[in-house]
Amino acid sequence: MWNRLKKICVAFPTLAAFAFADCAHLARAAEQGTVRVASAADLRFTMDEIVEAFRRERPAVDVLVTYGSSGNFYAQLSNRAPFDIFFSADVDYPRRLIRQGLALADSEFLYAVGRLVIWVPRNSPIEVEKLGMQALRSPSVRRIAIANPRHAPYGRAAEAAMKSLGVFDQVKDQLVLGDSVMQAAQFVDSGGAEIGIISHSLALAPALWDKGRFWEVPIDAYPRQEQGGVILSWAKERPAADALRYFVLSEGGKAILRRHGFRFQGE
Amino acid sequence: MDFEAVWVSMQLAWWTTVTLFVLGLPLAYWLAVTRWRLKFLIEAIVVLPMILPPTVLGFYILIAVGPLSPLGQTYEAMVGRSLAFSFQGLWLASVLYSLPFAVRPFTTAFAGVDRHLVEASWCLGVSRLRTFLRVAFPLSWAGILTGVILSFAHTLGEFGVVLMVGGNIPGVTRTVSISIYDEVQAVNYSKAAMTSLVLLAFSFLALSVTHLVNRKTL
Repeated sequence: MWNRLKKICVAFPTLAAFAFADCAHLARAAEQGTVRVASAADLRFTMDEIVEAFRRERPAVDVLVTYGSSGNFYAQLSNRAPFDIFFSADVDYPRRLIRQGLALADSEFLYAVGRLVIWVPRNSPIEVEKLGMQALRSPSVRRIAIANPRHAPYGRAAEAAMKSLGVFDQVKDQLVLGDSVMQAAQFVDSGGAEIGIISHSLALAPALWDKGRFWEVPIDAYPRQEQGGVILSWAKERPAADALRYFVLSEGGKAILRRHGFRFQGE
Repeated sequence: MDFEAVWVSMQLAWWTTVTLFVLGLPLAYWLAVTRWRLKFLIEAIVVLPMILPPTVLGFYILIAVGPLSPLGQTYEAMVGRSLAFSFQGLWLASVLYSLPFAVRPFTTAFAGVDRHLVEASWCLGVSRLRTFLRVAFPLSWAGILTGVILSFAHTLGEFGVVLMVGGNIPGVTRTVSISIYDEVQAVNYSKAAMTSLVLLAFSFLALSVTHLVNRKTL
């Protein structure tokens, strides 16, 4: 018994030393030219492609992307979450961060205008292309997935579109709320909901485009989805974050955004 | 499979278990031998994380480690980094979250040790620390091992608290369970399935070992 105890006493500190060495290694890696990106969920696949192209131009810079709803990131960033740059699905959250002194005032940028689509699985009986917004009222629809309007800009846009096209009151009891617009899409993809209102970018994404059909909601049926971003005041890698911002705003970045269904300011 | 997330979870579980071993053993031993009237209050606090919704614990920790709280401010002044959305913040959260899974089995094990043996050791002039090390600890190793395995496995499967205080940062706070959630959202079901399978296998293994160890001592 005493021997066993001795073994434990030796094994624990040894393993602890190993674990500690690796912890230090992790911390170092995080400090070598890594841009930590908080990205709105509608950019899920777009940003992956942007980062890939950006890395080809700047191989020395590492980019770590976390996806989520913009409002969720806003709450986290208000608590100084360790991100360098924030790509929001609206421009309101970045501006609020600037007003609170948490982001650099001169770093605000508008990078795209988002679009909304009504999306159904490929084999769905709903003729969404013909029915448009009325597709939500199809008899086979039991659940409608949207992003949570309380913290996801695309959820707010979806709600506004349903109201302006006059279906909101009829369908509001059928809504299921995803954490982000990406989860709303996943709800439909997994069959939990029959139909969803998601971003055009997700409907065109490689993981989803051959799985569904969609109808684009007229862009004037909801407030213009001006998507903006900002660099946080505690950004460790300011030049690298700037480089990523310039890349997104460059012709190369715009081409990727356009291919994923985004439009631009002034179009 | 998301190896980076597995690695983060392993480190988190490891550090949490080490911390609970170091802090939990004395606390459990004290709970087992003390005759203090108000002991039940401490016991209630220890098991609180077991029934408290993870969101409640997560919410309090988020406030406690945030830049506006005294703890968050002191930490930032000392270390120069924010505690919120960091590995260290997650570590603190996990220690609280897994506390009952370590301290409960420890206490039960210590309570199962014949008190006469402990008192005999004291009467023979052996110090309290030495009595603990040479009498109580060897007699309760199975329960201690159970506590260690359970707190490791429980931390590995932690979700709600990590979601609230972690921030899903790859390589820092994206743990396995968060990675699974993230992959499902990205409709990457095959990757989520692989990681889930690993977690399932590990949990099953951990529980099998705990039950095996406890059977042998009976």
